[in-house]
Amino acid sequence: MQRTTLDLWVGIFVIVGIGALMMLSLKVGNLNINSSTQSYVLTGHFENIGGLKVRAPVKSAGVVVGRVTNIQFNTQTYDAVVTMAMDSSFSFPKDTFASILTSGLLGEQYIGLSAGGDEVMLKDGDNIMKTNSAMVLEELIGRFLFNKASE
Amino acid sequence: MSKYLVSAIQNIGHRVIEGIWRLGVGTRFFLLVLLKSGTSLRRFNLVIRELYFTGVLSLIIIVVSGLFVGMVLGLQGYETLQKYGSESAVGTLVALSLVRELGPVVAALLFASRAGSAITAEIGLMKATEQLAAMGLMAVDPVARIVAPRFWSGVISMPLLAAIFSVMGVFGGYLVTVVFIGVDQGTYWSQMQSAVDFHFDILNGFIKSCFFGVAITAIAVFEGYDAPPTAEGVSRATTRTVVTSSLVILGLDFILTAFMFRGVS
Repeated sequence: MQRTTLDLWVGIFVIVGIGALMMLSLKVGNLNINSSTQSYVLTGHFENIGGLKVRAPVKSAGVVVGRVTNIQFNTQTYDAVVTMAMDSSFSFPKDTFASILTSGLLGEQYIGLSAGGDEVMLKDGDNIMKTNSAMVLEELIGRFLFNKASE
Repeated sequence: MSKYLVSAIQNIGHRVIEGIWRLGVGTRFFLLVLLKSGTSLRRFNLVIRELYFTGVLSLIIIVVSGLFVGMVLGLQGYETLQKYGSESAVGTLVALSLVRELGPVVAALLFASRAGSAITAEIGLMKATEQLAAMGLMAVDPVARIVAPRFWSGVISMPLLAAIFSVMGVFGGYLVTVVFIGVDQGTYWSQMQSAVDFHFDILNGFIKSCFFGVAITAIAVFEGYDAPPTAEGVSRATTRTVVTSSLVILGLDFILTAFMFRGVS
């Protein structure tokens, strides 16, 4: 076979292969070109995190504004410490409310932030004071039965 | 009676020693290929010629099987998921299973039987017809001139083929679930994009396919170079290439998966 045709075919092959890799990263993996955006770290203490996992999204008004990077157990206060990396293009007031929510009935759990009205914004390393634990089905049923019984 | 027992144990011992010996020779040959691949990287035309045979000619089988694997995944995933009313997760299922496991592994199995066997047969036949010996007489090192370019072409083309396989699979899943069955295409892509992580899934799949590429071509060139110079020897070497590299792919896949995905979500 001619050298030039050979080169052409190999060139096409390599371009298609690299194109496939690019498509995997951009379309399937949803990698943003500017994914190296600055981020700042917030922590929150939760009484019960339910099924929250590392890399779960942090959403505000349904928009992803950060990700959970670490979950630890605090042996002093006996609650869970959740560390979140927040996109630094979004800043939240000091009295923001963080709660663990579930997307859909059986979906994954995420942290929902609802902004407060404070003038001062949360900075890198700050702790979210107001938190709301995950909804645990057994507790909910228990409370319902308790209320029914007291009626 | 005891004579038979002794000879049976001797047989086992002989096989084990033989196996370890071959492993050692294979490793030394692999290091030799790495050591002598300077020529093929300097004269890159040799590698490009081999890339045509290992990469371009494997494209059709990779594209077609990737498409069908994705279509089957979409169909089966939909059938199961719709029982729980979560057919929107079918995109996630297709993409994650392809990118993490099926893409690298199935593409590597196909590559081993398509390109690995061809490499073994070619080198084995060159040895049987004494072309390699003739090269040596002309002071052309057959390892540097024949073996190393084939090795590097396999190493380069394997990750690209795995990526093409995954993309075709995702497209096949799209075709079946969105176009034929009628899952909403927005949910198909968005669920997929929110579940697939670049570093965690795609990069790890890519690293896997690189490992497979090295393993398959190293086995293929060694079996070819080591083949007895007869018709039967070449045919046995070709069979051994496919069997050994398939087993190595599956074993290596388990080890790599255990390292990459252990303990996280």
